[in-house]
Amino acid sequence: MENPPLVKKTLQKKRVGIFSRFGLKITTWARKRSPWLLHMNTGSCNGCDIEILAALTPRLDAERFGVKLVGSPRHADVLVCTGPVTLEMEEALIQTYQQMPHPKFVMVVGSCGATGGVFKNSYNVKNGVDQVIPVDIYVPGCPPKPEAIFMGIAQLIQKIENLGLIGEEKQESSSNTQEVETMETIA
Amino acid sequence: MSKLPSKRTEINVGPQHPALKEPETFKVVIEGEKVVEAEPILGHVHRGIEKLAESRDYNKVLYLAERICGICSFAHQANYAKGVEMIAEVEAPPRAQYLRMLVAELERLHSHMLWVGVLAHEIGFDTYYLLVWKDREIIMDMLEDLTGNRVNYGMNKVGGVRQDLSPELKKEFIEKIPLIREKLEEIKTIALEDPTIKARCNNVGIISGELARQTCVTGPTARASGINWDLRRDSPYFAYDEVKFNVPISEKGDVFSKIVLRIEEMFESVNIIEQVLEMIPDGEIFNKVPSRLNGKAVSRIEAPRGENFHYIDFRESKQPYRMRVRAPTYANLASSVKVLIGHHIADVPVIVAANDPCFSCTDRTLVIDKDRGKKKLLTKEQLRLLGIKTYKEGIL
Ligand code: SF4
Repeated sequence: MENPPLVKKTLQKKRVGIFSRFGLKITTWARKRSPWLLHMNTGSCNGCDIEILAALTPRLDAERFGVKLVGSPRHADVLVCTGPVTLEMEEALIQTYQQMPHPKFVMVVGSCGATGGVFKNSYNVKNGVDQVIPVDIYVPGCPPKPEAIFMGIAQLIQKIENLGLIGEEKQESSSNTQEVETMETIA
Repeated sequence: MSKLPSKRTEINVGPQHPALKEPETFKVVIEGEKVVEAEPILGHVHRGIEKLAESRDYNKVLYLAERICGICSFAHQANYAKGVEMIAEVEAPPRAQYLRMLVAELERLHSHMLWVGVLAHEIGFDTYYLLVWKDREIIMDMLEDLTGNRVNYGMNKVGGVRQDLSPELKKEFIEKIPLIREKLEEIKTIALEDPTIKARCNNVGIISGELARQTCVTGPTARASGINWDLRRDSPYFAYDEVKFNVPISEKGDVFSKIVLRIEEMFESVNIIEQVLEMIPDGEIFNKVPSRLNGKAVSRIEAPRGENFHYIDFRESKQPYRMRVRAPTYANLASSVKVLIGHHIADVPVIVAANDPCFSCTDRTLVIDKDRGKKKLLTKEQLRLLGIKTYKEGIL
């Protein structure tokens, strides 16, 4: 996921001053060290939810990487969604997403949050979180093992790191639409 | 607390939640710090499962039934499979019945442990929560070794089970039993002796026997209120009539007695698992079932949280004509609403969590002061912290 030519370009064009570049480095460092998660159940079967908790409890202990569950959207960096988004929860999901401070990232745990899964095409679900809000990372599985969720968090941390390196250069990596969308929200 | 003016305040609790529980909203009206009215608002996780089942082949409905709830997934799936077998007039072979019993009891163990952990978290005793969840991984490993999955096991087929218990695995399981007992003893000692748990749970949220009867509660919630009813003993299914076990009962009905009762139930589950591993017969694990079915059945199972009810109707078809599910949480809901009345607002998360982890959703709390029209946002986390703080200053 390294992108050195892009970084060089940014520096050459002098789009960011030396101080903001330094500031960017610090914020990226701080962000990737302790992503705080807000867990939201958007109509899941609880299966993914208990696996998320299992990833935080002593066996894997995600807290050693600074990963922590918080209770309020205003403290969170990452919104962890499980479930296919029922119509009832759609509004709450959007509200929670809006309440989170920038930069915000969304991680979907479970197949039904990604595509609808077994509940696909039911009259009361939206077939996935990405139908409602932009998503950064998907962890497939029904439910994924805690190790997989862990890996998802690790990849998200890497993504945060890369975003910091890229800085304001957003159009360059337009291969992934979701990524661009998140970067726009940062700017 | 008596200094606060006793004004009626309406609080919406939910629907987004940081811990484990499903998103449900509770409308609670308080006067000062006392709850005077409570009303649940349901339907946040309505996914239309019953309707979806009508358009799927009966084998595929198995996986849908499993995903009604990820915590008692096996209970739902086995209950559905049992119902379809009743319609098809095919019995699962004895070995399959024993294997179902084994997974059902392992599931009860992991579900009860999960619940003890969640309750400990609600009262602010996170050390205990992490301790219990660490021990729970032993059970999760056993489930994974046997079924190949940690949460939604996909163990049942209509007519039997999918995975067999190999002799090596059986040996491994038998070796693990003393370890589980030892860990359970540890959990029990802490629950009985710790002053934090006593202070927050003793005499809180008492469901009297009468109230339990009026509100038709089931499962451990009912047994903690002195109702001697367990489907495993009173209407045996699988092979529960062949194993010996006790049904723990408590008379008091408060949160503390529910903790003790569930821990006792875990010991009984270990006893059942031990007997199953001893007595499991050899043979087939699967019987064939015709592809078109006709008939109706009502199937009941004692899930970890109480009585699980499925009504299934086939009309000369592969797909069910109608499927109706009544999960135990729904039955237990009414009682917790009644019991909240008269309690301190700080006790709300504990009482709600006491009945069932599949239920409480005290998450984002909107405090509306009616007289002043002022709005204030509280999260469930803040509510929990408020509870802990109140008790630190006041009672402890
Ligand atoms: S992905 Fe599967 S286990 Fe996870 S919430 Fe959805 S149905 Fe449940």
